[in-house]
Amino acid sequence: MKMKLATLALGAVMAAGPALADLTFSSLSYRTGPYAANGIPFADGYADYFTLLNERDGGIGGEKVNLVECETGYNTEKGVECYESTKGTGALVYQPLSTGITYQLIPKATADGIPVHSMGYGRTSAKNGSVFRNIFNYPANYWDGASIAIKHLLDLNGGDISGKRVALVYHNSAYGKEPIRTLEELAKKHGYELSLLPVDHPGQEQKSQWLQIRRERPDYVLMWGWGVMNQVAIQEAVNIRYPMENFIGIWWSGSENDVKPAGEGAHGYKALTFHNVGSDYPIFDDIKTHVVDKGLAAGAGDQIGTVLYNRGLYAAMLAAEAAKTAQELHGTATITPAQMRDGMEALSITEEKMAALGMPNFGPSFTVTCTNHGGDGYGAVAQWDAKAGSWSLITDYMQSDQDVLGPLIKEDSEAYAAENKIEEQKFCP
Amino acid sequence: MSAAFLNTLEVMANGLMAGVLYALVALGFVLIYKASGIFNYAQGVMALFAAMTLVGAMEGRVPFSHLINAVFGTEVHHFGWHLPALLGIALTIAVMVFFAWVVQRVIFKHLVGQEPIILFMATIGLAYFMEGFGETMWGSDIKTLDVGLPQGGSFAIEDFTATWAAEGERYYGMYIDNLDMVATVVAILLVSALVLFSQYTKQGRAMRAVADDHQAALSVGINLNFIWVLVWSLAGFVALVAGIMWGSKSGVQFSLSLIALKALPVLMLGGFTSIPGAIVGGLIIGVGEKLFEFAIGPYVGGATENWFAYVLALIFLVFRPQGLFGEKIIERV
Repeated sequence: MKMKLATLALGAVMAAGPALADLTFSSLSYRTGPYAANGIPFADGYADYFTLLNERDGGIGGEKVNLVECETGYNTEKGVECYESTKGTGALVYQPLSTGITYQLIPKATADGIPVHSMGYGRTSAKNGSVFRNIFNYPANYWDGASIAIKHLLDLNGGDISGKRVALVYHNSAYGKEPIRTLEELAKKHGYELSLLPVDHPGQEQKSQWLQIRRERPDYVLMWGWGVMNQVAIQEAVNIRYPMENFIGIWWSGSENDVKPAGEGAHGYKALTFHNVGSDYPIFDDIKTHVVDKGLAAGAGDQIGTVLYNRGLYAAMLAAEAAKTAQELHGTATITPAQMRDGMEALSITEEKMAALGMPNFGPSFTVTCTNHGGDGYGAVAQWDAKAGSWSLITDYMQSDQDVLGPLIKEDSEAYAAENKIEEQKFCP
Repeated sequence: MSAAFLNTLEVMANGLMAGVLYALVALGFVLIYKASGIFNYAQGVMALFAAMTLVGAMEGRVPFSHLINAVFGTEVHHFGWHLPALLGIALTIAVMVFFAWVVQRVIFKHLVGQEPIILFMATIGLAYFMEGFGETMWGSDIKTLDVGLPQGGSFAIEDFTATWAAEGERYYGMYIDNLDMVATVVAILLVSALVLFSQYTKQGRAMRAVADDHQAALSVGINLNFIWVLVWSLAGFVALVAGIMWGSKSGVQFSLSLIALKALPVLMLGGFTSIPGAIVGGLIIGVGEKLFEFAIGPYVGGATENWFAYVLALIFLVFRPQGLFGEKIIERV
């Protein structure tokens, strides 16, 4: 009897676990909790892309993809638990989808030899691959975002924003404070005045900040918000009749969720992005044929084409392309996390490659190297059309100010290296 | 008048109105605590649930549609109707009364006579259950709530006050939010109705009797279960009002449940057992935090409002533990 039970238990474990030859990807998602409205579309896009690869291409390099999803609730402790409980599955890369979880995983994943990809969030100076061997944050980071926003303002003002007043409304947390140093450095260079307006978590009440904006009338308002802070800020901006075309959010303040509650008043609001918007790409036809029509869409299947769905899709595409690169690099289809890291470090995304994937002009072209884990820092500006209910890109992808950002990244990463006794030159030639 | 003085007035006026919104949340806590001694941790989630139900009813959403579709492979999402706001509110009130009955029947009926900490724990459990239940029932998406409340600043007040500033001063008129003005009127009506109800109706007097001494009330034939269902229903109604006001600002989303955090310092200051205390506490917190942020905030890096509200409440606790209007705590040996 005992033998039978043991056999049954073993069988159940084997059935529940991934086949050993599968390529396992983890998805640290948050479909519940205060930020579920944002977590669901990203997780759906991430899952649907891998489902598409399995159904259309038979996986990656002939190996089926096994996606292991773990619910973090956007909670750092739960995120770390997810990492610990799923790393045994052989997950090739972790995308924590939270700056807090990323910070916790940096030392853990580095020690475990598993790569982490924090796309558009996390520790900005992780761009320095000489120090952060296992952490990647391509194609853009928060400091790129700050610089691209200022670049857009320069474009709007014929290259001169000296004397202009720029206000930053930010979530009063490590995330929200990320762009301050960059914006201060850029203020020295371009001569604009920067004022800082922190908002307490969660951001449900922002009357003081917007009354101040109404009194001081800055020329432009930038926002580093998340969750309810975004919706309230946009509504308050509408209430005080602030010109929406002068209000620019970071990419985490630029989804449909953020603008729709404010109705038509949100028309003209802008947000940064590092990938394109909408569903007018050949890949969405494939998703419909191979995923949706077969009843395999993740979640309720009602998020396809939204900003955050596209971001999840893009993140999965970058992971899959890195896996392909790793397979080519090491001559094996069944790669390990260490080999995946090598693939990420050798990743090159070109327009030809994206077009071949059915995603022409979906994101910027960029190259990752041993010393540069952050790509080339390209981003664009999208604008909300409330009448059409859609976002559209209003600029080309533009590069952040590398002259300003380079020294900042060097300074911050070197401080981290000194603190953690990392020998920079050990890894990169 | 100088622009600085007018700006201070503007901050105070907006603080008063923010205080009214805090008080709306605090009222729900007071009602339940006063009648049953339960500190209802789930009050914020009740506001969220009520607002979600209102949007669901108005938009004709099928409850549990994601679950139904996942289990049965169907594609049902909407009933195909759009209800007017008043009908939606009436339907939501009915749901909140049913919710009150279930809560009383399933949870608190079995906990009569338990220590306050046990009752508090039960409300924590209830809050987490409601969070998940609400999301399963109506989905996690951010819902736009439009019951016809006005948004934006009042042009009339802005134009009227624009000329108050002395010549040469940079002043754009006083900003008063239309929604906040509506919230103030609603709060005044709500509090008046609650006071009238508790003073002049049989059920109201019974509610006060239960609040004073529930065992004595029981001995004179008052039906405790009915009164508690009544109190939870009233708290559900107050939660709906708070949910409408806050949900109109930010859309109906999970974070609505966190507005309870804004009510805590109000309760500490006004007292857990006083309806006028909730209002006065809300006003003091609202004005105090806004003025502090306006005058001191810029010198200390800003975002001082939550900090100030709790520090002010703490100071009141030290000197008046029962709050401004709370019943004095007297324990005799």
